[in-house]
Amino acid sequence: MLAGKNILKKEKKRLLRKNLNRDKYLLFMIIPVIIYYLIFCYFPMTGIVMAFNKYKTGSGLIGLYTSEYVGLKWFSQFFSSVYAWRLVRNTFLLNFYSLIFGFPIPILFAVAVTQIYNERLQKVVQITTYLPYFISTVVVCGMITNFLSPSGGIVNMALNKLGIESINFLSLPQWFRPIYVISGSWQTFGFNSIIYVAAIMGISPELYEAMRIDGANKRQIITNLVFPSIRPTVILILIMTLGRLMNVGFEKVYLLYNPAVYETADVIQTYVYRQGILSNNYSYSAAVGLFNSLINFAIVFVANRLSRKLTDTAVW
Amino acid sequence: MMRTERNIGDKIFDTVVYTFIAIAVVVCVYPFIYIVSVSISSGAAVNRGDVWLYPVDLNFEAMKTVLGYKQLWISFANTVFYTVAGTFLNIVFTCLAAYPLSRKSFFLRKKLNFLLAFTMYFSGGLIPIYIVVTGLGLYNSRLAMLIPVLISAYNVMICRSAFESVSEELYENAALEGANDFIILYRIAIPVIKPTLAVLTLYYAVAHYNDFFNAMLYISDRNKEPLQSFLRRILLQASMEIMQTTSIDMAALNQSTLQVRYVCIVVAIIPVLIFVPFVHKYLVQGTMLGSVKG
Repeated sequence: MLAGKNILKKEKKRLLRKNLNRDKYLLFMIIPVIIYYLIFCYFPMTGIVMAFNKYKTGSGLIGLYTSEYVGLKWFSQFFSSVYAWRLVRNTFLLNFYSLIFGFPIPILFAVAVTQIYNERLQKVVQITTYLPYFISTVVVCGMITNFLSPSGGIVNMALNKLGIESINFLSLPQWFRPIYVISGSWQTFGFNSIIYVAAIMGISPELYEAMRIDGANKRQIITNLVFPSIRPTVILILIMTLGRLMNVGFEKVYLLYNPAVYETADVIQTYVYRQGILSNNYSYSAAVGLFNSLINFAIVFVANRLSRKLTDTAVW
Repeated sequence: MMRTERNIGDKIFDTVVYTFIAIAVVVCVYPFIYIVSVSISSGAAVNRGDVWLYPVDLNFEAMKTVLGYKQLWISFANTVFYTVAGTFLNIVFTCLAAYPLSRKSFFLRKKLNFLLAFTMYFSGGLIPIYIVVTGLGLYNSRLAMLIPVLISAYNVMICRSAFESVSEELYENAALEGANDFIILYRIAIPVIKPTLAVLTLYYAVAHYNDFFNAMLYISDRNKEPLQSFLRRILLQASMEIMQTTSIDMAALNQSTLQVRYVCIVVAIIPVLIFVPFVHKYLVQGTMLGSVKG
């Protein structure tokens, strides 16, 4: 029995040595990557223990593990505060409205773009509409803020011309969600349509020809051929979008909001940032962050399962 | 009869389609035209609210004021450094990760692929990462703009599936001639997947150029700040620093604040406007990459 185990061990060692020798160059390549992931991904994951203890500012990396244990104190503090529900609601709603409003536009736009038969014009239209995607969040938020400014912003200047008084959009809670959703859609619809354009271009010309011969008009071709053909792509993208449902673009909210609109604008990530980095409540905000990570994990997991079932491709 | 009916239907359809496209293009282009027009109009015309579409009283004063401001160039130079050095490191490390993970014979392949994928499901979160990065002494270090974003797991996966599509025969022949994996990677695998690397370069470079989050977390030294941090102060925090360098009186100062901001936007997006149309071809390929990987 013991001898058998020893032989097994030896055999394993021999195999390992053989593998190491054969793959030594591959190992050399990937070792820096492994070290990087250990330090900057897996080490911070172990740092999550700080959500269960009382991390003191300035106690460095060791402090992550040596601080006083407080159990679920930070979690109960968070869930009994007024913030918990508000943050979850705002995070969800910003994404949900973005999905409802922003998801169909790229599909319709892609269908429209592929109706342009002049290749040059098609390319120009595509480039001009996806350019905003490459503009930085800071600049986009700068444009939004200054366009909507009550003093000299173009939107309020136009309203004044129509005899409407200036509206201070960014300090009114009811305006935050529309501004976030519409500007987000403006920035991404062109880029997001590229994949659908590619899918539509992939439809065999013979199928179009067959429908034409059958006497179908353009509208019928779109509803009976184009939409069914891009359905798998649409489902795939939808699932990927759902996977990010509780993951708001932190930067944009952070750059656009102010205390006057926290009611509708404050999301989990901005709260974590304020509590942790700005107010030095590290352990508390790490706990809130962990809560967010766990929700994301669950959502991505479900989305991935769904994707495998519906489209035979795992997204992650 | 049927034919004409179809033609009428198609005409209506075309009108709807082209109207939709025209609206979309105008919505995307107009804000930029407006910003450019404001920035090259006279301050007085902007203040009167005369500028709507084209420049009024062509005037480059605001442009001169902004371009003469030193901090703009300091931050711009920093951004160029972060973008070039960061993108280079990104591509090197992405290849070093993706190539071994693509080799079917590699004995750690499955385990490491799992560890890579896991980081996309779950992360330590902002606070632990912040404590690790600052704990390693990277606060206010230029490395803080490069290291935390060294590798994107998603891009590694795209790169990995590109390597997987290279024919095994190419690898085997090279191995038979005595080439080790470093030589195979550099001489054979990378040249074959150049189109994919072009797309990844684009994505990484744009991310670096636009990165503001890492700078907000880790950089407070103005000599190291990237362009986006500078822009944030001017565009969003109502910083008057540019106007203070010139000797105009307070009334003129208020007048030109908005204009100066728009000039900054123009300056910041020019590199993007010049660069992106050239990579259109790769961009279209790039969106396909994400969808074909299994």
